[in-house]
Amino acid sequence: MNSAASTVVTVRFFGSLRETVGRDAVDLDVDDACIAGVRKRLASLLSADELQALSGQGVRVCVNQTIARGNVEVRAGDEVAFLPPVTGG
Amino acid sequence: MHAEIRVETDDFNIAKEWAAMRARLGGRAGAVVAFAGIVRDHAGTEQVNGLFLEHYPGMTEASIGKILAKASDRWELTDTVVIHRIGELGPRDQIVLVLVAAAHRGDAFAACEFIMDYLKTDAVFWKKEHRPDGDSWIGATGRDRERRNGWEADAR
Repeated sequence: MNSAASTVVTVRFFGSLRETVGRDAVDLDVDDACIAGVRKRLASLLSADELQALSGQGVRVCVNQTIARGNVEVRAGDEVAFLPPVTGG
Repeated sequence: MHAEIRVETDDFNIAKEWAAMRARLGGRAGAVVAFAGIVRDHAGTEQVNGLFLEHYPGMTEASIGKILAKASDRWELTDTVVIHRIGELGPRDQIVLVLVAAAHRGDAFAACEFIMDYLKTDAVFWKKEHRPDGDSWIGATGRDRERRNGWEADAR
């Protein structure tokens, strides 16, 4: 897949993951407009340990606040979020 | 059913929320049950100096909305309010308020407990405990999950 238009998504991190990666959000221009493409792009920003934390047990990925099952597509302007297991209230 | 959800850093005033609910109810409800959660100064035998709560604006409110909808499917409710605090909280601080109004007390008591049990496991919050030996992010406890799962078993 190759298009002239860039796909810029906002990636957000919460809770322990926000602390692990040392930021709460980053805008990424992804070549491959899907979750795997976002992870690939994150690999150039984060250390191996930080990247691994994003695939840790119970970590959920959301696109526009909906849990993404599998390698779903992302579009320009989407918000992708990495959520560690919730504690509840 | 009126369903109000607020996630905020400021403390809440139970009397004020209670009065606002009563004003909405008129004579439709015969029972209001209130639950307030308070930050403990310990977890098990360990001292806790405070909590930090984080949420995902939008998604957290939606997760609470789902819980209220579930409760409303199960019991005849007139009005529900959930106020949950975020940010830094210390021991003795109020952390959560649940108000449930129904025509009859049985529904109000049960729904309030149900809502609280689901909030403890399903609401989108992350909690960090400040302890004398450092900070740590915590997960839902096994006991919380058991209580929630008890409701699921009841429904079958």
